[in-house]
Amino acid sequence: MDQARRLLRAPSRAWWGSLTLRVVGTTLIGTVLVLLLGGWLLQQQAAAGIEKGKVDSSYAEASTALDIFESSLRDSTVQGSATQSINRVAGAAVARGSVGGQYYVLVSLPTSDIRTEKLDPSSVPSSLRQTVEQAINSTDSRLYSSSTLVRYRDGTDSVPGIVVGAVAGSSGLTRYPVYFVFPMSQEQKTLGVVQQALISTGLAVALGMVIIAFWVARAVITPVRSARQSAERLASGQLADRMPVRGTDDLARLAVSMNYMASELQHRIRQLEELSRLQQRFVADVSHELRTPLTTVRLAADVLYEAHDSFPALENRSAVLMRRELDRFEALLADLLEISRFDAGAAELTLDEQDLCELVRTEVDALHALAATRGVELVLILPDSSCDADFDQRRIGRVLRNLLTNAIEHGEGRPVEIEVAANQTAVAVTVRDHGVGFDANDSHNVFERFWRADRARARSLGGTGLGLAIAMEDVRLHGGNLTAWGRPMRGAQFRVTIPRRHGTPIASSPLPLVPRDLPRRRPVAKAIGRAEK
Amino acid sequence: MSETPNGRRILIIDDDASLAEMLQLVLRQEGFETTWCASGDTALEVFRSAQFDLVLLDLMLPGLDGVAVCRRIRADSGVPIVMLTAKSDTGDVVDGLEAGADDYIPKPFKPRELVARVWTRLRRPPAESETDMIRVGDVTIDVSAHEVKRGSDPIALTPLEFDLLLALARRPHQVFTREKLLEQVWGYRHAADTRLVNVHIQRLRSKIEQDPERPELVLTVRGIGYKAGGVAGVK
Repeated sequence: MDQARRLLRAPSRAWWGSLTLRVVGTTLIGTVLVLLLGGWLLQQQAAAGIEKGKVDSSYAEASTALDIFESSLRDSTVQGSATQSINRVAGAAVARGSVGGQYYVLVSLPTSDIRTEKLDPSSVPSSLRQTVEQAINSTDSRLYSSSTLVRYRDGTDSVPGIVVGAVAGSSGLTRYPVYFVFPMSQEQKTLGVVQQALISTGLAVALGMVIIAFWVARAVITPVRSARQSAERLASGQLADRMPVRGTDDLARLAVSMNYMASELQHRIRQLEELSRLQQRFVADVSHELRTPLTTVRLAADVLYEAHDSFPALENRSAVLMRRELDRFEALLADLLEISRFDAGAAELTLDEQDLCELVRTEVDALHALAATRGVELVLILPDSSCDADFDQRRIGRVLRNLLTNAIEHGEGRPVEIEVAANQTAVAVTVRDHGVGFDANDSHNVFERFWRADRARARSLGGTGLGLAIAMEDVRLHGGNLTAWGRPMRGAQFRVTIPRRHGTPIASSPLPLVPRDLPRRRPVAKAIGRAEK
Repeated sequence: MSETPNGRRILIIDDDASLAEMLQLVLRQEGFETTWCASGDTALEVFRSAQFDLVLLDLMLPGLDGVAVCRRIRADSGVPIVMLTAKSDTGDVVDGLEAGADDYIPKPFKPRELVARVWTRLRRPPAESETDMIRVGDVTIDVSAHEVKRGSDPIALTPLEFDLLLALARRPHQVFTREKLLEQVWGYRHAADTRLVNVHIQRLRSKIEQDPERPELVLTVRGIGYKAGGVAGVK
């Protein structure tokens, strides 16, 4: 059914799909219509002209023949009986007409007709017969004519013709209706030739028009097509591409406008690129420039800190605080530099095939001490099999550290569950805490730079506010995804999914986005959970 | 406060006066003698004016830049050179290492890190092997004399290059990962910059191999690391 419909639509698709086809098709249809009308008119006029000529010549011929007929009849009547003489005279008339096959003669006698042998008498229309026969008893000797179809008795095809009829015989004598039948076979042939000429000329003209239309369409379409290609190349980033400009016509102006647009675009894009590059360089430069004075401060602070036990309380505390905040400052600087590397597209991936479970175990072990200070229990759920995948250990380790530290910080002393799983295409880790959580609408905002769920809340574990943004970039660099789920007071869950083989697509994540432990009251959440599996 | 002088002399080449002063304070507290030079142009002159045990070199210097200073000092001497750099992730580090620097410390760093780096470069690894002479191919290593010879021709190696060759030669047939070499030769406990190993292996090969393009003494084991080739112990 669909296939049939598609087949039906194919011509319409082709028609609207090609400008050349439309131009050529329209021209062809128009040309054929004009040619048909013109040809018809031409043929009508030619036929009328030829017929009129034939009628005139037929009249002339008929009246001459009639004169001969009448004079012969007058002469022969003197010599013998009326019947004999009419038979002889009529025979002579038939014989004359037969010379060159110019016309056929039919003399209507009271008992029978005398006529040219092969002529069918029905060739003389009865209406003409009546008209002529009415004139027998008067002195009317006018010629009457009618067009007819000349039929033959020997099986030859009938042809159109003209019948000229009159009553022969002078007053006082017996009068006979005489008909001269002029077949128009010659004229018919002439008309046929004219028709042939018309058709062949018409075909030649139509073909010529198609070719011209094709050329015109091409002449218009080629620049349009080249404009389209230029636009496509521009869109694909080849900003230096330009259209060739030829002449000064509309198409040339189109090319000029296109080129102008291209150069303006190129200029703008270059400007933006330059601006963005400058900004990235600025961030990198600032991070670098700050390093030398920071080193001095760092050295000084550490020297002071080494001796802080011997300081009075005020100086003691100051030295402690100064050192602690310097750590944060350093971390922030390092993160800024890392972000600027991502922004500049200069981040490099060092891929190795490794076991993700192993890395997760290492990172979780390293954070047990920190978790303990917060009273947070880290629960690790590992699959039975290993989770081999291509990843950059430094980057994924950093992502995990970040998610774990976040969960510990916001976990409100409740357990944090870490689950690892793998499927055919991907490996995944979820980190679930049961802390304050965040609003569902914020699940994208958490990855924003320097974003805080609660602006009033301080960062107690020395986070820089860039951690999740960097984690997102790290995961993206692997071709994976990092998603967040959260509800106020019901905790949060972060999920990292990376493809097992770098560069291959992830069919689905082995772990659900929404925590499994949630009371599944809402069918919506359930549906999402299932779809994500 | 200051510890007793340990008799070691360190040259600090850094244009930042505050940092240089702070570096000197930290190092003097450790018992080092320090000399400060603020520009690359005079660095060589100062270096030649006295006997230094180690050079701390900032890569960003006015006048002659750090890499060029490093190359000139290295042309003169095998003294350990430790670079200070703010741009550890750029090509600057590799340029510096290729110019002959032994190690680098990325800014910012803590006093402990600085002191640890400096001491690693000054202390010789303990002579653990009973063999005094080790032969690697046609090259002999005299462990106690810190000499390397091909036949009777001495080959001039920096202390670091000597340590690197010795580490490989002492355990023939063992393949060393870059991380293992970083730990043994540079004293890094945790994963560090493997570019250090790559660059110094190249420098070592260029000195001891007949044809550095086709090494026979220091072999690359693809995907793992390096090992010594043709080692034989000699009593």
